[in-house]
Amino acid sequence: MKFHTRHLGLIVYLVILLLPIYWMLNMSLRDNNDIMSQLAFYPHRPTFHNYVQILTDPSWYMGYVNSFAYVSINTVISLAVALPAAYAFSRYRFLGDKHLFFWLLTNRMAPAAVFLLPVFQLYSALGLIDTHIAVALAHTLFNVPLAVWILEGFMSGVPKEIDETAFIDGYSLPRFFLTVFIPLIRAGVGVTAFFCFMFSWVELLFARTLTITAAKPIAAVMTRTVSASGLDWGLLSAAGIFTIVPGALVIYFVRNYIAKGFALGRV
Amino acid sequence: MQKTLDNRAWFLVLPVVLLVAFNAFIPLMTVVNYSVQDIYDSTHRAFVGADWYRDMLHNHRLYRALVRQFVFSGLVLLIEVPLGVAIALTMPKKDGWATSLTLVLVALPLLIPWNVIGTIWVVFLRPDIGLLGHFIDHTLGIHFDYPTVPMQAWISVMLMEVWHWTSLVVLLAYAGLRAIPDAYYQAAHIDGASAWAVFRYIQLPKMRGVLTIAILLRFMDSFLIYTEPFVLTGGGPGDSTTFLSIYLVKLAIGQFDVGRAGAFSIIYFMIVLAFSYVFYQALQRVGTGETK
Repeated sequence: MKFHTRHLGLIVYLVILLLPIYWMLNMSLRDNNDIMSQLAFYPHRPTFHNYVQILTDPSWYMGYVNSFAYVSINTVISLAVALPAAYAFSRYRFLGDKHLFFWLLTNRMAPAAVFLLPVFQLYSALGLIDTHIAVALAHTLFNVPLAVWILEGFMSGVPKEIDETAFIDGYSLPRFFLTVFIPLIRAGVGVTAFFCFMFSWVELLFARTLTITAAKPIAAVMTRTVSASGLDWGLLSAAGIFTIVPGALVIYFVRNYIAKGFALGRV
Repeated sequence: MQKTLDNRAWFLVLPVVLLVAFNAFIPLMTVVNYSVQDIYDSTHRAFVGADWYRDMLHNHRLYRALVRQFVFSGLVLLIEVPLGVAIALTMPKKDGWATSLTLVLVALPLLIPWNVIGTIWVVFLRPDIGLLGHFIDHTLGIHFDYPTVPMQAWISVMLMEVWHWTSLVVLLAYAGLRAIPDAYYQAAHIDGASAWAVFRYIQLPKMRGVLTIAILLRFMDSFLIYTEPFVLTGGGPGDSTTFLSIYLVKLAIGQFDVGRAGAFSIIYFMIVLAFSYVFYQALQRVGTGETK
């Protein structure tokens, strides 16, 4: 690859992007006394003590398990309800379709802070507080409209003649949808799953409000290092680094689809 | 595409409608309920009509938070959109390991939980243990204490926001650039067009759709920002980085003033709704513009 001066700008940007993350990694490999005693650009005496502590203490690592649990449930629910709805929006006109689509989108824009208290009361009344399903359901508020929106974009790219031919061949709608149509838009399903994962993984306000201990997400568990006597910066950083890893893995797998998903203009 | 008129399609959208109604409609009605009552305890309450609304519309803290919010969202757009486009233009155009690596690195901040974003910047900006904080405070010799100096708190929050979200603009603009056929560039090359002319007359018009989405998404999401500034500054010093959502949570959860918070929520939601409508209209227009 030829080196252009414009690549220099990109490299500078990437370095700035990675510097704060590197700094957290640096902190996570040192113990707290070491951190407080001097500023070091790299760990002079690297220790994995902080990571070991997180991986051996259930009250820490269960936070990751809880986060994964509700993120996965949310992604499955969002896709399951959004797929038929997106098909309806892309193929049929029906009473109030445009208004309905707009109403769904407004929920993507709804301030979480507005819904916080009433959502807590609603889930309390149903006895769902501190369960994974509660957080998964609450996150559908913004993920379902998003999923419908992205999937509708992908589905509209599939010619309608495919549906018509299949129906003439005697396919029923559910059979056609599951065996022909979904495989056709699998890239779209992948991109949608990625965004559902992403927005559910990064959200904290609902996740923290709806859980107490049994389903507490890792992001909320992290706040307890703050309330303890003083702050354990090393431990906090190690927990933070662990929350970045799943995201990095997911991006790596969908890297070739991201640009395509964005190009459809549906995010 | 020609769509068939068939009202049975409602059965396909019914699960979505029920789910979103459960999550959005019931809580929204609860908020409306709060906003017209004065609730003393679980059994004593009085209907107060529009009193809370009148009260909030004369609330100076709300106005200041609103102004702060618009300044913040405006600055976000002014910085992130040009920067994002500039970065996207420098990204490699061919598929390969360099492109994959760049995409993964650029997208990384978008997948970090929002409170961890705040934590990363708390660690990075501390004058004693943070790299940037230490650099400003010791190397440049400027007294740096963002939790007590409003201007520094603002700059810190802006810095974090630009660091966190410029990537979204980069990815959108990059997707737009990748969708331009090679023939356009070849034609420009034959005409001897300058790099600026290529940008102004080929790349920018072709990016119009994705940039509309980028601008509107960044506006909406920065308008709703809560977690990152809350972790970094807690809305302080004083009220100086208290944006609308932070003020609302202070009112609703902190002071448990549900009447005022309810009225505030409805006003807030109305503003968001108005912008959503503009957003939706702009998108529809972009959509039809492309199929012409």
